[in-house]
Amino acid sequence: MIPPRAAGWFGLGALILGFGFLYAPIVLLVLYSFNASRLVTVWAGFSTRWYGALLHDEAFGAAALTSLEVAAMAATVSLVLGSCAGFSMARFARFPGRLVFGFALLAPLVVPEVILGLSLLLLFVACESWFGGPSRGMLTITVAHATFGACFVSVLVRAQLTGFDRALEEAALDLGARPWTVLMRITLPGIRPALVSGWLLAFTLSLDDLVIASFVTGPSATTLPMAVFSSVRLGVSPEVNALATLFLCVVFLPVAFAGWLMARAERRRQLTQQVRGE
Amino acid sequence: MTGLGRLGRLVLIGVPFFWLALFFLLPLLIVGKVSLAESTIGIPPYTPLIAHDGRGLKLLATAANFALIASDDLYLRAYLGSLGNAALATALCLIIGYPVAYAIARCQTGRRQLLLFLVMLPFWTSFLIRVYAWIAILEPNGLVNQALTSLGLIAAPLPLLNNQFSVELGLVYSYLPFMILPLYGSLSNLDRSLIEAAADLGARPLRVFLGVTLPLTLPGIAAGSLLVLIPAIGEFVIPDLLGGPDTLMIGKVLWDEFFNNRDWPVAAAVAVVLVAALAVPLLAAQRFLERGHAR
Repeated sequence: MIPPRAAGWFGLGALILGFGFLYAPIVLLVLYSFNASRLVTVWAGFSTRWYGALLHDEAFGAAALTSLEVAAMAATVSLVLGSCAGFSMARFARFPGRLVFGFALLAPLVVPEVILGLSLLLLFVACESWFGGPSRGMLTITVAHATFGACFVSVLVRAQLTGFDRALEEAALDLGARPWTVLMRITLPGIRPALVSGWLLAFTLSLDDLVIASFVTGPSATTLPMAVFSSVRLGVSPEVNALATLFLCVVFLPVAFAGWLMARAERRRQLTQQVRGE
Repeated sequence: MTGLGRLGRLVLIGVPFFWLALFFLLPLLIVGKVSLAESTIGIPPYTPLIAHDGRGLKLLATAANFALIASDDLYLRAYLGSLGNAALATALCLIIGYPVAYAIARCQTGRRQLLLFLVMLPFWTSFLIRVYAWIAILEPNGLVNQALTSLGLIAAPLPLLNNQFSVELGLVYSYLPFMILPLYGSLSNLDRSLIEAAADLGARPLRVFLGVTLPLTLPGIAAGSLLVLIPAIGEFVIPDLLGGPDTLMIGKVLWDEFFNNRDWPVAAAVAVVLVAALAVPLLAAQRFLERGHAR
């Protein structure tokens, strides 16, 4: 065996370097959002002026509202579709087209975004020429985001259902509960962590997406990543640093909350297992 | 559940299935269709495949777009460039990610949860912003160059941005969590007694690692590699923001073909070739993910 001490130092080094690499750019971004100077690399003292400038930037504000609205709708549709799909894959071992269904659920997770975006745009354009609508904008972005969001939700729901103790459902059915009651009172509460994290995941993925939204949007809708992208292409701007910091806060807090929820659920599960084991 | 009845079952399977057929499978078919069309000026900017010419229906499919892709070596170089960049990024992610995953797997349970959470956290924050953060670090008057200049190590700023180096760095940085998580999954399922047995039988640490740990974590290595390789091949944001004139990646070529040249049929043909090239790794990825569920 590797001497424990040497292994410990090696592991500690790997962790420090690895996490340093992952977090250094984010930390620097946050620090420089409080820089008084317009030049990113010159520290001219602490200031919140870029946050002030951001507040008065109407383009970013409108884009942020669009993004939040799209993300909330897309995440909700994703949750419904993805739960149904995850449930079907976990519980129905055999049905016609299961193989194709499984592929269509997993492929959007890895297919390059440019292809998803282009293919959906061509669909929407074809729809417009066949049926005269819908016009491209928030609706088409929402549909596109709901599609890949549903795939992520289905993976989470399916994984949690696979580990779910079915004896609970069977016991409830034996005791005379209707299937609907079992679903609402036993199954759904049992997979709540997957539902919460699935919704949040779909929400942040939608909030984050640049490529697919750029393809399927029309002249009427600009999302936040699209606004950021066109500003970033012109170079580093302190306003974007401030926006990034706000964005990090908006994402970190709910995710930290979800992480805490899941950790608590996991602790409880381990506790019940210990109690049962004794 | 057995008690849901035929109707419930039909709705549960049917609704998401119909949605995916309409918004994922059908669009892929339309991409195939448009790739056989010609570019025109109009709305939509491509010719129909089937047209009336007075006497009846006529098929207007053309393979010209694919001929263009085959003959102009810009496309071939872009495909190969994407593959090369993505493969190198995958290898680097593996080299950096393996020790990190190994160290996390050896921690106590409570700390392990926290570290895993920290690996996942950047994934939840904006991808665009994480790529953008590197610009300020790598710029000619960015943080690294300033630090090196003020230390007197370099006279002129190093060219760190808008080249192969910055693209590779961006790819590794963005996709590292996708490598660490499956590796951790494999490593934490590893039966420690096997390692101890090998050590007791006198195997040196390196031998234990190469003979026991590495082979047993191959599924994690394969899953992580696919999760990094496939999206990295089609990446657009990283080559666009961090790349330079010498960066050729197919995701960016497709984007430029569509948004700048407005040639939808060629963009569709590029996508068809890319999907065809990705089909094998995609199916492999699906098998791995399916097996993960089966376990």
